[in-house]
Amino acid sequence: MTAITRTVRIASSHGLHARPAKLFAQAAKDTGLAVSIAKDAGKPVNAASILGVIALGLEQGDYVTLSAEGEGAERALDALAEFLATDHDEDAA
Amino acid sequence: MRTLRGVGIGQGVAQGAVVRMAEPLPAPERTPSAIGADEERRRVRAAIAAVAGELQRRGEEAGGSARDVLEAQAMIAEDPTLQDEVDARIDDGATAEWAVHDAFAGFRATLEAVGGYLGERAADLDDISQRVLAELRGLPAPGVPDPGHPFVLVARDLAPADTALLNLEKVLALVTFEGGPTSHTAILAREKGIVAVVGAAEARDLATGTPVIVDAASGTVVADPGQEEQERAAQRIADRRSAEAAPVSRGALADGTPIALLANLGRPADAAEAVARGAEGVGLFRTEFLFLSSTQAPTVSQQREAYRELLAAFPGKKVVVRVLDAGADKPLPFLNDAHEENPALGLRGLRALRASEDILCEQLTALAEADAQTEADLWVMAPMVATVEEAAYFSALARELGLRTTGVMVEVPSAALLADRILREADFASIGTNDLTQYTMAADRLLGSVAGYQDPWHPAVLRLVAEVAEAGRHLGKPVGVCGEAAADPLLAVVLAGLGVGSLSMAPAALADVRRALAAHTIDDARRIAAGALAADDADGARAAASASA
Repeated sequence: MTAITRTVRIASSHGLHARPAKLFAQAAKDTGLAVSIAKDAGKPVNAASILGVIALGLEQGDYVTLSAEGEGAERALDALAEFLATDHDEDAA
Repeated sequence: MRTLRGVGIGQGVAQGAVVRMAEPLPAPERTPSAIGADEERRRVRAAIAAVAGELQRRGEEAGGSARDVLEAQAMIAEDPTLQDEVDARIDDGATAEWAVHDAFAGFRATLEAVGGYLGERAADLDDISQRVLAELRGLPAPGVPDPGHPFVLVARDLAPADTALLNLEKVLALVTFEGGPTSHTAILAREKGIVAVVGAAEARDLATGTPVIVDAASGTVVADPGQEEQERAAQRIADRRSAEAAPVSRGALADGTPIALLANLGRPADAAEAVARGAEGVGLFRTEFLFLSSTQAPTVSQQREAYRELLAAFPGKKVVVRVLDAGADKPLPFLNDAHEENPALGLRGLRALRASEDILCEQLTALAEADAQTEADLWVMAPMVATVEEAAYFSALARELGLRTTGVMVEVPSAALLADRILREADFASIGTNDLTQYTMAADRLLGSVAGYQDPWHPAVLRLVAEVAEAGRHLGKPVGVCGEAAADPLLAVVLAGLGVGSLSMAPAALADVRRALAAHTIDDARRIAAGALAADDADGARAAASASA
């Protein structure tokens, strides 16, 4: 089985920490798949790991690549990519 | 029964059982596991599940934004990457304690290296790591306790992060064995009206469960009180409660001389509490909250909505709004991001606004628009006015933009000394005693080593207040005081005696100040003020006032 990937640009104005990071890691965990996330060409980390995601230090405009394989991977990655392409700090600002 | 001494904050009294805030745990020793990797792994799993469950539970209980924070902490505790790191150490023969300590420390170093926002999250990791360690050792979790029943919190001192997590509804009183009247704990207690005694060194030995009476008025904590003391305290608590529940009258001295009692507010949402506590209006509305979280100034319409919400809570009443006071201890990147050696003496307050006049004009415009849509009596004032020319500049600009009543904050000694000329340009003056004290005594109010100078009782400060009040009386212009001085009941009497006509304070302080004023006539107040003015220093002024009150 080949891995599915999606590359997406971070939209949240405060980057991917705090609340958006928590929501993202939770969503990745809820897919039930082993989803990884990498910044640019960096080392992929477990997307369900809030610490791993936070430690990437993602800022608005950074590009990340999501990767997963298995049944439902397409749909799961589409949903996660859309999450990242949405500004979750808009309401709070 | 024994009596411990400290510094009381406010006039309240409370009694209940002590709950200690546990001290941080020492780092575990790096000794090889004696029970094998499988058993260590089982212990870690159980401890993490317990901690995550507890954080989840507290999150659900807290609700709101605290819930998000606590849920994120629960997720961090159960983080799979962290789990891998812990397991790797256990497989190498480490104990569960060492594996947790070391794995968290590794992540902490990573976050700190990234810096900025993430560096701040490093403290969260420490907190979670300590919780898991405490669980492994069967000890109470360090940090803010949450026993689920009302309690008297005894702690070394509280950090801002602790107070954010503290369930204030369950806190009967705060006792610290370090930290003084300017500590974060004291500020919180004043703001929220919590009974507190700070810096009571002997409280270090108070054990969880000990019954205590905390008496802020006398600055004492009575441990294991006798039956008689308990009944007397219960009576005082009941008296204060009924006094607070009594219909509130307008602020006045015993002879009927009115002294308007107003509230200091920082958010429109706090208006309801101020009204409930009998505030006759708002004496200081700080507008910084609108700006602090932004990298650019909020729009006119965003500001107008916030001001409208505030003004709508006070129909027919006075609301004094201070325009943005940036600089020094609260820098705003879009106003002044230049590094200054002495920010308290730098481009701050009106000086900074003048350098970015468009921001000032937008704020005044939004205020005028909100004023037009509401029934409150809106007054606006400028912070950090130092010259007559600045007072004239602000008044002219504010009137041009449609505001009717324009005034100045008197925080700089030059403004106090020339109040007779400044009040020709301004409609009113409001004395900010915190900054006026800092500038009169030339002591940075944020610097602990000179904290002893930051005392508004100093006769030099009182003389400047008298100067401004006299100028106001002569010109028929209102002079008020906002700042912590107004919340000190005895000092409030002194200020009234000096000729100040309104006092603005945290809403929690209103009841005690109202009571103190009602107990003295204007002649008493003048006599007490004269005694304080004649003293050599702040302690002398306080003693002289107490002796003649």
